[in-house]
Amino acid sequence: MELPWLLLLIPLASATIIHLGLKRNAMVSAMVSTAAVGITLAITLIMQGKDQALSYEWASLGDSSINIGILWDKLSQGMMIVVAGIGTLVHVFSLAYMKDDEAKARYFGCLSLFMFSMTGIVLADNFLMMFMFWELVGLSSFLLIGHWYHKDSAADAAKKAFLTNRVGDFGFMIGILMIWGITGTFAFSEMSITPGTVTVGVLGAAVLCVFAGAMGKSAQLPLHVWLPDAMEGPTPVSALIHAATMVAAGVFMMTRFFFSITPEGAAIADVIPAFSATTIAYIGGITSLVAALMATQQSDIKKILAYSTLSQLGYMVMAVGLLNPEAGMFHLFTHAWFKALLFLGSACIIYACHHEQNIWKMGGLLKKMPLTSGTFFAGTAALIAVPFLTAGFYSKEEILYSALTPEGGITPLFCIAGFVALLTAFYMTRACVVTFFGKTRSDNADHAKEVGPLMFVPLLLLAVMAVIAGFKPIVEAFSAMDPRPEDMSSRVGHTLVLITSIGSLIAGVALGYVLYNGKDKEPFNIGLFRERFYIDKIYDNILVDKIQGIFANLIHFLDEFLIGGLIVGGISRTAGGVGNLFRRIQSGNLQGYSFVLGLGVLLVIYVTVFLSK
Amino acid sequence: MGSLVLLLIPIIAAIAIIVGSPARLTAVISAAASLVIGLYMAFTHTCDCWNFTASMLPALGIHLTLGVDGMSTIMVLLSVIVLFAAVFTGKSPEGHEKLYYSSSLFIAGGAIGAFLSQDVFFFYAFHELALIPTFLMIGMLGRGDRKAIAWRVTIFLAVGSMILLAGLLWLVSATGGSFAFSDIAANAASIAPATQKGIAALLIVGFGTLISLFPFHSWAAPAYASAPAPTAMLHAGVLKKFGLYGLLRVAVPFLPEGMAAWTDILVILLLGNILWVGYVTVNQKRLDLMLGNSSVMHMGYIFLAIAAISAVPGNDIAVPAAVVLMFAHGISIAMLFGLADTIERKTGTLEISELGGLAKKAPALAFLFGLAAMASIGLPGLANFSGEVMVFLAGFRDYVPAEGFGIVQIGTILALWGVVISAVYMLRAFRKTFQGPLVPATEDATEAHFCVRIPAIVLAVALIAVGLCPNLLLNLLK
Repeated sequence: MELPWLLLLIPLASATIIHLGLKRNAMVSAMVSTAAVGITLAITLIMQGKDQALSYEWASLGDSSINIGILWDKLSQGMMIVVAGIGTLVHVFSLAYMKDDEAKARYFGCLSLFMFSMTGIVLADNFLMMFMFWELVGLSSFLLIGHWYHKDSAADAAKKAFLTNRVGDFGFMIGILMIWGITGTFAFSEMSITPGTVTVGVLGAAVLCVFAGAMGKSAQLPLHVWLPDAMEGPTPVSALIHAATMVAAGVFMMTRFFFSITPEGAAIADVIPAFSATTIAYIGGITSLVAALMATQQSDIKKILAYSTLSQLGYMVMAVGLLNPEAGMFHLFTHAWFKALLFLGSACIIYACHHEQNIWKMGGLLKKMPLTSGTFFAGTAALIAVPFLTAGFYSKEEILYSALTPEGGITPLFCIAGFVALLTAFYMTRACVVTFFGKTRSDNADHAKEVGPLMFVPLLLLAVMAVIAGFKPIVEAFSAMDPRPEDMSSRVGHTLVLITSIGSLIAGVALGYVLYNGKDKEPFNIGLFRERFYIDKIYDNILVDKIQGIFANLIHFLDEFLIGGLIVGGISRTAGGVGNLFRRIQSGNLQGYSFVLGLGVLLVIYVTVFLSK
Repeated sequence: MGSLVLLLIPIIAAIAIIVGSPARLTAVISAAASLVIGLYMAFTHTCDCWNFTASMLPALGIHLTLGVDGMSTIMVLLSVIVLFAAVFTGKSPEGHEKLYYSSSLFIAGGAIGAFLSQDVFFFYAFHELALIPTFLMIGMLGRGDRKAIAWRVTIFLAVGSMILLAGLLWLVSATGGSFAFSDIAANAASIAPATQKGIAALLIVGFGTLISLFPFHSWAAPAYASAPAPTAMLHAGVLKKFGLYGLLRVAVPFLPEGMAAWTDILVILLLGNILWVGYVTVNQKRLDLMLGNSSVMHMGYIFLAIAAISAVPGNDIAVPAAVVLMFAHGISIAMLFGLADTIERKTGTLEISELGGLAKKAPALAFLFGLAAMASIGLPGLANFSGEVMVFLAGFRDYVPAEGFGIVQIGTILALWGVVISAVYMLRAFRKTFQGPLVPATEDATEAHFCVRIPAIVLAVALIAVGLCPNLLLNLLK
C-alpha cells in the first residue's frame, strides 16, 4: 500500500479502536491516539516533495463513478504539516490538560476521528470526497465542542456549530453539483475551465455557492456565529480545530478549487468572474473588521482569541477573493502556529487559574507563570505582526499587498486591512496587559502556578514556529505556499505596505497600553461590540424563534387542519360512515378494518375474472 | 425454489405461532433463518435457483412466479434485516404474544412476497396481506387514540390500494391482459401516450398514498407514532418501500411517456414532502411523531430520483440512487423507531421537553441513537448519505449549464435545503433527549439491554457497511 493511504487509515483505526474497545481504558486510549498522530506526522515529513495521485472507486454509477483518492501535491503537503504538526502537539498537550477528565477516552477517540476527517479534506482528490470529509469534520467538531455535553451551554454550542455549517454546506453542495455540470468531473486534476467557455453568470454563481461552504466552515459573516460559542469545548480542541486547522479548511478548499479550475498557463483572474471574486473579498474584509471590533470588548480570554481567529480568517478569505490564494494559504500556515500557541497558552492560564476565563479576574500572571507568559507574548507578537522577527508579519504583509491595485494604489479593502491590523495590535495588547501585568485580581489567579513540561514543551515548539514559520527556508522545507518574490524590495507599493503595517502596529500597541495599563476593570463599555453587533440575538430570537418557529407552527397547523382535516377528513368521514354501518352490523372495529382490506382483495379477484372474459 | 423458502419461512412461522408454538422463540429463530438465507441470496442472486413458478389460476393467466434481480434482492435483504431487528427488539405486552410476533412475520412475509413476485396479481396481493396485520397491531396494541388512527390508516391505504389496483389493471389490459411482468414489459411500448399518462396518474396517486407522498401523507406519522415498535419498524422501514419499488418496477420502465408527463407535478409534490412536511417535523414535540414525520419527509428524496429518471429516462444514476436510499432509509428509520421505543421504556415518556441528559445514564443507547440520527440526516460514511448524494447527482445528471436549470435541478436545489431542515429537528431532539443535565424522567433510567443493543448493532453494521462501501449494493444492481 502507498504511504499516503496510511495518513487516512491510521487515525481511522485509532478512532475505531478507541470507540469500540478502549472506552474504559483512558490511558491506553490517550497513548493510541497520540501515537497515531505522531506516526501521521512522521509519514508527512517523510513524504515531503514526493508527489503522488492515488485513487480508489467508492461508488460506481452507470458510466460515472465516485472515487476516494489522494492528491499528494505541494498544497496538500504543506497543509498536512500544519494538521499533523499541530495535531501532534495538541495531543501531547492534552495528555496533561485532560488528565483528570472522566471521559478522557472519548476525548482522544474524537480527536483521532477529527484527525481522520481533516486529513481527508486535505488529501481529497475530488470535490465529492472533500465534501464527505467536510461533513465528518463537522461531526468531530460537534462531538468535541459538546465534550462536556451535560452542560447546556456546551450542548447548545455543539448543535449551533453543526447547524450553521449545514447552512453553508447547502450552498457548497449546490456549487459542487454546478461545477460538475460545467466541467463534467469532480476530480480536481481534470477540472480546468478554458476562459470564456462558460457563461460568466453561471460560473460566478457556482463559485459563490462553493464559497458558501467556506463561509460555514471558516465562519465568515453572516455564518460566523458558531465559532465564538464553540469555545465551550476543551481548550486544546479550540487550538487544534477552531483556530489552526478545521476553520481554515474553507481557505484551503477555495485555494484547491481556484487552482483546479484555472488551466495551466492562465491566471486565476482569467477564469474566476470578477463579481464573485469581489464578493468573496468583501465578505472576508468585513468579517475581519467586524470580528476585530467585537474582540476589543470581550473579557473571556478564549473569546478574545476566538474573535481574533474570525478576524484572521477574514484576512485569508479576503486574500482568496483578491485572487491571491497563495497569500491566504501563507497566512493560514503562519497563523496556525501562533494561534494554536495562543490558545494552548490560554489553556495553561485557565488551567492554572482553576478554570477562570475572565481576564479581569487574572492579572499579574507574568510573575506567576513566566514561561507561559513568555510564549504567549511570542504568539501575540506574531499575531500583531512585529516586523521582520515574526512569521505573522510576513504573511500579513502579503495580504496587504494583494489588497493594493496593480499600480500600487490604495483600495477600500487595503484600508480595512490596515485598520484591522491596528485593532489586532490594540486588543491583543489589552489582553496581555490585563492578564499578565499589574496585580492579581482574584484568589484563583493568586494561586496560579507554572505548568508542567508536558504542557510547556508544546508551547515552546509552537513559539519557535510562531517566529520562524515565515522565513524562506522553513517555508520551503514544509512545502508551504509562499507568494513572495525573490526580490522583495522591488515590489510596487513596498514602502506603503511597510509603513501601514508598522504604523498600525505601533498605534495599536500604544493605544492598548495607554488605555488599559493599570486598570482593574473595563473602562469602556461599548454594547454594540460586546454584544457582537446583536447578530446572535437577532438569529436566536428572530430568525430561529420567530421566523422559523412561527413558520413551522403555521405549516404544522395547515397540515393538520387543511390537509389532514378538510381534504382527508372529507374522504374519511364518507368512508367512516360506511364503516359505521359495518360496525353496527358486526360490532367492533377489527372487522371493519379487515373488511375494507378484504374488499380490496375481492375486487382484485372480481376484476380479474371480469377482465379475462 | 430458494425464493419460495424465503417467502414461506415467515408465513409458516407466523401460522405456527398462532397455532401455539412459543411466540418469541419461533419468531426470532425464523427471522434469523430468513436473515441468513437473505444474505446468502445477496451473494448468489444471479443463480437460477431463486426462480420459481407455480400455476395458480391458469385460466386467468395468473401464476405465482417468483424471481430476483438486483433491485428485489436489495429489497428482500432490507426486509430480512429489519424483520430480525423488529422481532428481536419488540417486547410484547402480556397476553398478546401471538398477535405481536405473528403480525411482524406476516408483514415481512407479505413484503418479501411482493418484492419477489414477477406477476402483478401477487405483487399486489402480497402487499395487501402485509397491510392487514399492520392495521390490527395499531388498532389493538397501539398507543394513544389507536382506534381512530387505525381507522384513518385503513381508509387511506385501502383507498390508495384501490386506486393503485385500478391503475395496475388498466396497465394489464392495455398490454394484452397478461399479469406477468415479462409480458407487460414486452408489450409496454405499444401503450398510447394518452393511456400512459392516465395509468401513470393512477399509479402515482395509488403508490403515492402508500408511500405517504404529499398531500396523501396525513396517515403516516400518527400511524407510526401509535404503532407498536416492531410494526412501525417494519412498516416505515420495509412495507412503505413497496410503493417506491412499484414505481421503479412498473411505472418508470413501462410508462416512460406517462411519467414524463407528470414530472413537473411530481417535483412539486416531492418538495411538499421535503419542505412542507420538513417544517411540520421541526414543529413536533414528541419523539415518535417527529420520527414518523421525518420518515414521510425523506420519501421526498427517493421521489426526487424517480422524478429525475422520469424527466430523462436515460438517467443511469437515478435508479441506483433510489434503491440505495430506500435501503438506507429503511434501516435507519427502523433503528430509530426501535431505539425510541427503548427510550420510552426507560423513561416513561417521549415528550421531548420532558427528556434530558440520557447519555449520562445510557451511553450505549445514546451512541446507537446518535448513529442512527446521524445516518438519517445524511452523515457521510453511513448508508443514507450514499443514497442521498446519488439522488442529488441524479438530479444534476442531465444539467446543461448553457440551458439553465430545469425543473429537476430546481427541485434538487430546494430539496437540498431539506438536508438543513432534517439536521435541525434531529439535532434538536438528540440534544434535548441525551444532552444537558439530567431531568426527573431520566434520573433513574438504565442502560439499554442487550436485547435492544443486538438488533440495533445489526442495523448499524448495515448502515456502516453500505455507507463505507456503497458498491456492496451497487454491484448487485449491475
